[in-house]
Amino acid sequence: MSEVRKGYVRALDIKHGRVDMSHGSGGRAMAQLIEELFARAFDNDYLRQGNDGALLPAAGTGKLVMATDSHVVSPLFFPGGDIGCLSVHGTINDVAVMGAKPLYLSAGFILEEGFPLSDLQRIVQSMAAAAKEAGVPIVTGDTKVVEQGKGDGVFITTTGVGVVPEGIELSGDRARPGDRILVSGNLGDHGMAIMAQRESLGFTSAIVSDTAALHGLIAEVLATGADIRVLRDPTRGGLATTLNEIAKQSGVGMMLQEPAIPVHPEVAAACEFLGLDPLYVANEGKLVLIVAETDVEKVLSALRAHPLGRNAAMVGAVHEDPQHFVQMTTGFGGRRIVDWLSGEQLPRIC
Amino acid sequence: MKYVDEFRDGALAQNLAASIAAEADADRSYSFMEFCGGHTHAISRYGVADLLPANVRMIHGPGCPVCVLPIGRVDMAIELALAHGVILCTYADTVRIPASDNLSLLKAKARGADIRMIYSAADALALAQQQPDKQVVFFAIGFETTTPPTAVVIKQAQALGLKNFSVLCCHVLTPSAIANILESPEVRQYGTVPLDGFIGPAHVSTVIGSRPYEFFAEEYRKPVVIAGFEPLDVMQAILMLVRQVNQGRCEVENEFSRAVNRDGNLKAQNLVAEVFELRREFEWRGLGLVPYSALRIRDGFAEFDAEKRFPLGYRTVADNKACECGAILRGVKRPWDCKLFGTVCTPETPMGSCMVSSEGACAAHYTYGRFKDIAVVSA
Repeated sequence: MSEVRKGYVRALDIKHGRVDMSHGSGGRAMAQLIEELFARAFDNDYLRQGNDGALLPAAGTGKLVMATDSHVVSPLFFPGGDIGCLSVHGTINDVAVMGAKPLYLSAGFILEEGFPLSDLQRIVQSMAAAAKEAGVPIVTGDTKVVEQGKGDGVFITTTGVGVVPEGIELSGDRARPGDRILVSGNLGDHGMAIMAQRESLGFTSAIVSDTAALHGLIAEVLATGADIRVLRDPTRGGLATTLNEIAKQSGVGMMLQEPAIPVHPEVAAACEFLGLDPLYVANEGKLVLIVAETDVEKVLSALRAHPLGRNAAMVGAVHEDPQHFVQMTTGFGGRRIVDWLSGEQLPRIC
Repeated sequence: MKYVDEFRDGALAQNLAASIAAEADADRSYSFMEFCGGHTHAISRYGVADLLPANVRMIHGPGCPVCVLPIGRVDMAIELALAHGVILCTYADTVRIPASDNLSLLKAKARGADIRMIYSAADALALAQQQPDKQVVFFAIGFETTTPPTAVVIKQAQALGLKNFSVLCCHVLTPSAIANILESPEVRQYGTVPLDGFIGPAHVSTVIGSRPYEFFAEEYRKPVVIAGFEPLDVMQAILMLVRQVNQGRCEVENEFSRAVNRDGNLKAQNLVAEVFELRREFEWRGLGLVPYSALRIRDGFAEFDAEKRFPLGYRTVADNKACECGAILRGVKRPWDCKLFGTVCTPETPMGSCMVSSEGACAAHYTYGRFKDIAVVSA
């Protein structure tokens, strides 16, 4: 009489294996991928519940903030980071700039058939490390697989939930004439790190992405009790786009001082080379702050005391303008508009 | 940034501005045309006009390769990509030029055309080598600056014996465009476009040298100062032009002596002459048909000429009736004289080519300077 043998599942071949359609089919292969890769890396009490949704304690006081962000970056690995940590930082920052303490994250993966499991593991471990460092657990997730040619390796969507304490009110419509515009550091690092990495450009550089979770820096700044009107993280479209959004929302104009805007010399040089403007290049670890004039010094010192805010600077002021123009006094002594980007930023020919 | 910041120095700019203000004769006005889009861009981006006295006016010229490309040529590129299934390689800001049937290269891409934005002609050649099963066409546009690299890749393609690489040649010539403006009735006959001198091209002149402009100074009695693309170069050139006008001189002077000499780059000129020959005529947006103003590929390299490899017809397409790009490119009108400017024609939805490239007069003014129009209106 034969015995019932104990089930044995061969471990995923991370080293040589690739994502195939069965990893998204809902069967054993998918369960194995989730268990051996995602659950193991992200492990926490909520995720371990293993239900369709995570059961979380209700927030006591304050207001809930929820933000979501999809990540489709190419290349997936770049100097200073990868799509994994980027997807954690990006959503934490979207929650944090609302003045909230980020509490939980969800992660949705769309994987392309044929994607190497070793790359997926690198990405997942990078996410796990970023979440752990930030102290924000990934409590629920989802995985889908699309056929080869229908994805770009991996797309990741993360959603974050946080709580804003009573008394903190940050919103893009609160900029007032007289307020000052601050940035937490050098602009354009992330976008140029990505650009430099794209093989067709054929130049090498030491520019590293600034991808980072900003909630620690934001907590320090909020703790000063300064009158902060708006916080934003100037990601896609850069500082220029973020300021135009705020100017429109608040119904004000702005004047930047070009010489005050911090840009790393290498980023400036690469932009020059490619015919791009650093004001429109993406950041993933920078803050834009609109602050009451009287509290500028207080906020600047809090920013500069934090490792992520060492190069913080005041770069301009808010004024009345029915046209809501963002303008800039150039280092050359002239004046110009810093306009919305039209379409993609394309290099010029000459 | 070394060798760049020095040419954007605010304090030096103030000194130059003071000299221009002191030397410009208050009893007359000065109108100078900067031929190149690169200068237009620098003037707008750095706010150079703010540093000039009210009686010194800059007119934006037609030296923007994207702006002067006629719709018919863009239609040919789109036809190649959509109907002939080629991989079409192009310099970046060309992709947004509005063409016929509400299309552009960018919109054709969304309809399945394989359009690649490249930084260099060599990228197109490399792509052809990587994709031997596909026809790769390089949409070659630009003035004398971008022509030598196109000549190089055609010669390389011949040496490599490539059967899947060709060039849709739309290279145009700076001196012909300047001559066309100087011959235009508005300048020569009616004098409705006051033109006291030119800021000559920077990069173009590194190739062709300063000699070709001597004819304009001599024949049309217009001073020319060749200038670099940095804002201080432009300011210095304006001061030199003011001095020439004041002293009644009409000479070719070279502000950009760090890169330009009288003869230019002979090696590049020889390469271009080897691969290209003059076209009898070429349509320019804004200027119409201009005789001997563009280049075509010589018969010896015919197999790399996309116009010969593929059955393509050229059709002249008129601009929108209300579009003033033509008059703006000739300096007859300014962007804000156009009814479409800033209303239906914006950088998001360009109607005319001057709104497409940031070197175009309309796009440069819209993007960097339109607050000035508002201020005038509300005052």
